[in-house]
Amino acid sequence: MRSPVISLFRRELAGYFATPVAYVFILIFLILAAAMAFYLGGFFERGQADLGAFFTFHPWLYLFLVPAVSMRLWAEERKSGTIELLLTLPVTMGQAVLGKFLAAWAFIAIALALTFPVWITVNYLGSPDNGAILAGYIGSLLMAGAFLAIGSCLSAATRNQVIAFILTVVVCFLLLLAGYPLVLDAFSGWAPQALVDGIASLSFLTHFNAISKGVIDLRDLVYFGLMIAAWLYACAIVVEMKKAD
Amino acid sequence: MIEISHLSKRYGQLLAVDDISFRVEPGQVLGFLGPNGAGKSTTMKMIAGFLAPSAGTISVAGHDIQAEPLAAKRLIGYLPEGAPAWGEMTPRQFLGFIADIRGLDGALRARRIAEVVERLNLQRVLDQSIETLSKGFKRRVGLAQAILHDPQVLILDEPTDGLDPNQKHEVRSLIQAMAKDKIIVISTHILEEVHAVCTRAIVIAGGRLLADATPAELERRSRFHGAVSLSCADTPALVAALRALDEVAQVEVDPQDGRVTAFPKAGKPLFPAVSALIRDRGFAVDELALESGRLDEVFRQITLPVHKEGVRR
Repeated sequence: MRSPVISLFRRELAGYFATPVAYVFILIFLILAAAMAFYLGGFFERGQADLGAFFTFHPWLYLFLVPAVSMRLWAEERKSGTIELLLTLPVTMGQAVLGKFLAAWAFIAIALALTFPVWITVNYLGSPDNGAILAGYIGSLLMAGAFLAIGSCLSAATRNQVIAFILTVVVCFLLLLAGYPLVLDAFSGWAPQALVDGIASLSFLTHFNAISKGVIDLRDLVYFGLMIAAWLYACAIVVEMKKAD
Repeated sequence: MIEISHLSKRYGQLLAVDDISFRVEPGQVLGFLGPNGAGKSTTMKMIAGFLAPSAGTISVAGHDIQAEPLAAKRLIGYLPEGAPAWGEMTPRQFLGFIADIRGLDGALRARRIAEVVERLNLQRVLDQSIETLSKGFKRRVGLAQAILHDPQVLILDEPTDGLDPNQKHEVRSLIQAMAKDKIIVISTHILEEVHAVCTRAIVIAGGRLLADATPAELERRSRFHGAVSLSCADTPALVAALRALDEVAQVEVDPQDGRVTAFPKAGKPLFPAVSALIRDRGFAVDELALESGRLDEVFRQITLPVHKEGVRR
């Protein structure tokens, strides 16, 4: 017997492509990713055979596009009542949360994979370090996964998708910049140094930049893994608490 | 067997279900009756494992829904209120997904899907997205989903709500056909439905179990039980003659259609006396009927006191 996670995953992923929303999303993602790399990042002007200019903007791209994917994850199930159907099928809460999350992540992965022409371009123009590029893709995907896990938890907290979207953008934004003065200044005046350091170490950008430079450090992988696991765990708790509302 | 003991559910201040206990055996079709907000859906949601009880236990074929939720859920087919389904899927994809989740595969999967599609007449809409279907078809897709794995226990929350009379009839026949060795619990506020499909009825209001009986027993509680209704051209003479009968406690005339109803004195069979009266006095009676009792009246009689009492808890 196949694991329910796989059945759920397939249903969800097929669900994305059953409506034009998926294609619109992928198109916008590709256009923005390319536009940012070429115009803001000065892809050609840099004269370097790498994808640094491309990956630098991914966190900012994800900041708005990932919440757009995640906002409906649970809010929609609750609004349409299908959550009652889903959770009375023989699946555990963990399987349901994981199946939905993995499908959303795979959807983002598909969008990300479709940026391959950029990779072809840079290989055509020069001889880049393809290992570093692969690391960049991995970092980018992990970052998207962490955003999605946050988004899926916050989507479970409300049945209003707009609220889910805004909350997710705000939380992701704060976590992105946790290592920067914008966030740290709010704490450094009064909080003990250990706490400030702790908050700084939560920063998405710090960990993402490390990976996207081509250095895959186990600590960065563990960081993203823990981030995803913790938010998904919270998501399961929130769904359980809020499902009847 | 479903065994429910001392089940309660509290939402903040509101006690939605208040210490309900009952058991259902295979072969029974249990009708859940009650006004809106009585706690019917809440109870069903708890049996199906969607909501956790605040107190009390539910056991489905020996599996406690809290302790062994998966084992219990495998045995249950559940149609939630409003028959929710993922709108972007077609019934074919939807049933395929449910079959996968329920662990049906190979020939069995194909056979079961074909069977429920046939039974619920879904052939025509199999490849149309569910959100574009009419209410009747949506409900039938929901039912198909619930019976797909041929469950021992069927929990159907308002299975015929929003269906036209023909569709209602079909769904009721379906329920009757499946009833033989299954446990079926349906909720409804359509009283004729209880009569049509249920072997037993439970009346709930204000979260409390107020009556647990067969539909016939409930009808017997009606003051109409054993009454005789008749209509005749010469109503005043008929009324006078009926009032003179020894067995008659009271006679009422319906102000709208002029139908006369004679109520018996407790325990006295009225029909033979009335039919003898008609024969002897030669009344030209257009219509004559023995009332078995009126469920709607019993329903009001049982639930109204609770309703008036209000939410005082």
